[in-house]
Parts: sequence; C-alpha cells; structure tokens
Amino acid sequence: MFTDDAGKGGIAAGGPGNSENSARRTGGDLVQLITPAGERISHPEFDPWLQDVSDEQLCSLYEDMVVIRRIDAEATALQRQGELALWPPLLGQEAAQIGSARTLREDDFVFPSYRDNGVAYCRGVKPEDLVRAWRGNASAGWNPFTVNVATQQIIIGSQSLHATGYAMGIQNDGADCVAVAYFGDGATSEGDVNEAMVFAASFQAPVVFICQNNHWAISEPVRLQSHIHLADRASGFGIPSMRVDGNDVLAVMAATRIALDRARHGGGPTFIEAVTYRMGPHTTADDPTRYRDANELEDWAAKDPISRMKSLLDRKGLLTADLEAAVAAKADAVAKELRAGTINMPEPQPLDIFKHVYSTPNSWLDRQQDHYSRYLASFGDPAEAASEEGAR
Amino acid sequence: MTQMTFARAINSGLRKSLENDPKVILMGEDIGALGGVFRVTDGLQKDFGKHRVVDTPLAESGIMGTAVGLAYRGYRPVVEIQFDGFIYPAFDQIVSQVAKTHYRTQGAVKMPITVRVPFGGGIGSPEHHSESPEAYFTHTSGLRVVSPSSPQDAYTMIQQAISCDDPVLYFEPKRRYHDKGDVDETLDPGSALPLEKARVITDGRDVTLVAYGPLVKTARDAAIAAADEGISIEVIDLRSLAPVDYAAVEASVRKTGRLVITHEAGQSGGLGAEVAASITERCFYYLEAAPVRVTGFDVPYPYSKLEMHHLPSLDRILDGVDRALGRPNSLSGLEG
Repeated sequence: MFTDDAGKGGIAAGGPGNSENSARRTGGDLVQLITPAGERISHPEFDPWLQDVSDEQLCSLYEDMVVIRRIDAEATALQRQGELALWPPLLGQEAAQIGSARTLREDDFVFPSYRDNGVAYCRGVKPEDLVRAWRGNASAGWNPFTVNVATQQIIIGSQSLHATGYAMGIQNDGADCVAVAYFGDGATSEGDVNEAMVFAASFQAPVVFICQNNHWAISEPVRLQSHIHLADRASGFGIPSMRVDGNDVLAVMAATRIALDRARHGGGPTFIEAVTYRMGPHTTADDPTRYRDANELEDWAAKDPISRMKSLLDRKGLLTADLEAAVAAKADAVAKELRAGTINMPEPQPLDIFKHVYSTPNSWLDRQQDHYSRYLASFGDPAEAASEEGAR
Repeated sequence: MTQMTFARAINSGLRKSLENDPKVILMGEDIGALGGVFRVTDGLQKDFGKHRVVDTPLAESGIMGTAVGLAYRGYRPVVEIQFDGFIYPAFDQIVSQVAKTHYRTQGAVKMPITVRVPFGGGIGSPEHHSESPEAYFTHTSGLRVVSPSSPQDAYTMIQQAISCDDPVLYFEPKRRYHDKGDVDETLDPGSALPLEKARVITDGRDVTLVAYGPLVKTARDAAIAAADEGISIEVIDLRSLAPVDYAAVEASVRKTGRLVITHEAGQSGGLGAEVAASITERCFYYLEAAPVRVTGFDVPYPYSKLEMHHLPSLDRILDGVDRALGRPNSLSGLEG
C-alpha cells in the first residue's frame, strides 16, 4: 500500500493535466515557491500544478518530512550505538525527496540511490527495511516489486540506465506509468548518467531524472563536477530541464508533476535539478569538518526545508498544537518501530551466503556449498563455527 | 536437417525465440537494417519490428544498463556486443548489476539477459576485434558463460540461453561464422543436451583434449591427425565455461590419465588453469602426467600477420599431446 494514494488525499493526481501548458524549459532561474521565511511566492508556470494541494495535504507533507528526519536521526543513533555498520544521512534533503516521491503514482517505478530513504519511505518501505543492508543482514532491504522501488544503488549513477531501460519497457507495453531515477550531483559526471540521457532522448522514454544537487560528493564540491548549472547540461541532450529550490517541498512537487505529466503523455524525459544541501556527513564514517567550512553549513541551516514548511503552516494558521503533537507522536512511533525492528532483526544463517546467486542449480556453487556444510558440520555447531571463523 | 552456416543457425535460433516469447527483445549496434556487422540478426528487424529488434546508440554500458531496466520490467533482453574488445565499457554493468541483482534482491529480481559476443581471432582484424575475454566473466559469480562450437549447438544453445532465468554470456566463435553444418530446426531446446553439459566430440583412450568455441574444430582435426600415428585422443567440447561440466572431464581423465586443455585466451589466470587445477584436485591419482595447457600467449592480441603464431594450431596442440604422453616434444629436456 502506498502512503500517498491511501491516506493522504491523492497528491499523485492533480495539475492542469496538459503537458502543453508547460513550456519545455531548459534550466533557467531557480524556482522557489516558499521562501526560507515561509512566505508563499506565486509563480505563473508552477502554481497551476499545485491548485489541488489542500491544507490537509500541506500538513501531511510536513509530517512526512518530520518523520523521515526522525528516521534519519534514529538510524544515525543506531549506528553510533553499534547496531548499524554504516548509515548515509539525508539530513537537509527532506523536501527534495518527499516533494517528488509524494507526486508518484502507485504504478510508477523508482530507481533510487543509497541516500533516498525519504523516497523509499513514501513508497511504503518499512522502517526496518531501510536499515537492513546497513546492519549487514542483507545486500538490500526489500523486494522491489512490492513497493515499485528498486533496491538502493551504491554504484554511482548506474540506476539512471536501469530507469531508462525500464521506461523503454513501459513504452513497449503501451503503458502510461513513468520510471524515475534519483541520483546526486556527483553522479552527473558518470558516463552512465550521460548515456542514460542519450538513450532517454533518442527513444523519448518516459523517464524523469531527479538530481538532488546537495553540493557535495563525499569531499568534492559540485564545482568540481560542473562549470555550469547541472540542469543546463540537459539541453545538450535535447532534454527539457528545471532547476528548483530543493528545500522547497512545493517547488519540487510542481516540477515533478510537470515532468511526470510530460512523460505520461508521450513527451519523453525531463531532468530536474533540486538544489539542496547535505547537512550531515556523506555517511557516518565521514568527517566533513576536514573539507568544508562551518559558515557554509550555517547558511544552509537558515534555508532548512522543514522550518520553512513550518513557517508556511504557521502563516496559514495551520500549525496548531494538535498538529504538532500528532506529528511528534507519529515520528516517535516510527522511530520506535525502526529501533525495535533493527534490534529484533533475525540473523542470517551461514549457508544463506550461497542463496540466490543463481536462480537455477549451479554445479560449481552446489559443490562449494556442500563442502562448506561439511566443514561447518565438523565443528558440531555450524553457527558457532561460523562466528569463530568470522572473528579471526 | 538443413545445411546452414553457423551465423545463420544463430539467426534461426533468435528468430525462434522472438516468435515463442513476446518478451524477448534484441538490442545492439547496427543489428537492425544492417543485420549486424556479421549479419547474425539479418532480416529480424524487418520481420519483428523496431521495438523488438532495437538499434541502440553507440554506448555499451548504456545498452547493458538499459537491458537491466528492461529485465526489471519483465523483458528478456538479448544484447549484441559488436566485437569482443568492445565489451569493456559494459563491464561495470555486467559485473555490478547483471551478475549481482538476483543475489542482491534475494531472488526477487531475475536478470534473464543474454549477452552475445563474437569472440576470438583468426580473421585478420585490427586491434580489439579478436580477443578472448571469457575468463573475466567465468570469474564473476552470478553469470553463466557458454560458447557453442557447431551450427547445431549455436541454434539450440542460443534458445536455451535466452530462456534461462540467469544471465548468460554467449561467446560466438567468429572465425566459424561461415562454417556450414546440419541443423535440426525441429529439435526442442528443452529436450536437447542441457546448456551446462559438456559433450564428447570424439572418443579416445590415450589423452583427453579439452577445447571450446573456435578450437573445437582444431582439436577434432588434431585427433584425426593423431589417429594416423596410432594415438587415440578423446576430444571434449566444454560448451559451458561457467560452470564447467567437471563430471564429464573427470570421467574422461579417469579413463585416459592425461589432460590437455586448449584456448585462444592467454594462459595466466585463464580457464585452462582452472580446469587443470580442478581436475587435479578431483582425480590426481588417475593422472599419469601433469596437465598441459596449449593457449594463446600472455600478450595483447597481436597484429594480424602474427596472429597464427598466437593461436593454438593443430601442430601446437599435437605438440602438447606429445608432452602429456611423455613423447618427444618441443620442450623435451626442459625442466619445469
């Protein structure tokens, strides 16, 4: 079940429903609909795509952003407490992920990177599944087909091609769903992302490229990846693009709707650059104080996506004590579920190592599994033997 | 039975697969109107349409990565890599995605992708057009690697590869594309010899000679020549390079006590080393002599006027057979 379609008022629908209403923009000025102070700015091109967003939906967008930030904090704490081996925080990127993911239809298919936990959460991935791979209990957290989200990609930019291929399949099927690739600013330097844009443009595949420009690829600043705005690269491929404030949930939402609508109606791919900032480290193993200025962090803290949404709600008289209490309670409950799910996660068994390498029997691997079973059995207790081996 | 070339037999097998399964989709460079640089896909785009036989942009990683996405969507992509030496840009997608997605997703996402690669030398080509990169892929878990050696196997094995739920690298011996042979197009791939099984090509008593792909013909010719000298060679066509059908090789070596392996790829870290080690482990006490490898050298594929020195020839194979038999050979008197 998808959270957006189910309980949150069908944000996936909406918009003028006519891709012709939107010019095929290429890059251009940064689109912002909510200022850092929470003021709603009107925009003739983007506003029509938000007319159906009700007060209730604004509150639920706020809730999702708060909840995913809480999941992020809880997972970081779990890592510090030794319950996770590693965690890639999304702190600061909540609007870019929630704003885009909440616009998707159930039959759209997402190809995310390892940092896109907010996207996965919106699609119905369970909290403990978000950390399963980071605990070392599996290589990935979930079955892609139950939530229409591929497993989170670690090879930078690789998934952009998978999304494009999936979109070519959609085209062949005559369906009107869309494939969505999420990647970061660093990925735009990878050959795969550039090849994905070539294929998407040539076949006019129904794919949306959502680039979260969080300004840092581990220690490398975005200026090392590109001399021009990332959105401006798309025009070289003949792909329309938009450059939006990625800390503004409504701007991201409108841009994604424009792109999805174009893809559904045969208009081909779109590239969205959501300009945001990675407030935390690359992962819990990283130390950003070695490479970036504290002032920069302060500047971006003032543009925080959740505080500006909170200010917007306040200006609209929606930020009631009841809402705040309900959102806090939800965040607490999800964090609790994440912690319990993590700690109680069943341990994998030694011979699971051989499972699913192939879907058909394989004589090489079957022999190795047989030999390792015998080895483990020679200790009496296989689990004990394996843990002793691992400790050496 | 129909007489046809090796290339035509693959074409016929591809046609069968396209007819039998609407999810089969061919992708590659120049495979449409041109029919591929070797004409293996000749006429298929005309008959099945541009959406089933897709000419792609010139980007091998792009082809492989979009094939992964199509597999996610339920398709069975058959990718043509134009030449062996052009596969490397796709290496990351093959190794990190095609090979590992089934494992990563605990069996939820299958990658039934077939990668067709014309490989090997002997056609007088410039650099990058004659390589034998199979060991990179046999070393990669999650992949199956096969190489047919006859038109009949080419016809059957391409269909078996396409219907296999695991990714298969299908190495086509390009210097045999124009060789003709009988093909039974009524043979059901499901009841034919399974994809992972080796085949004994000629029975013999004195030495086991293991070959695959382009060198199976050379090995068979060597066996015929040796028979004139009273030496009985058992030739095994591996067909499957990952996994190797060790049971078949072992059964033969238990009988002959001697093993020669030949391939065009360089020797170090090659498939011959793996076969020699595995057979030594499995039936050491049946071996009368150390296994012998007759392979290409550890050099970049040489310029074409020298390639016949690089490629194992009938005489070099027989020299290796002599060594395995303890008869006078080019290395007689050398230790180690």
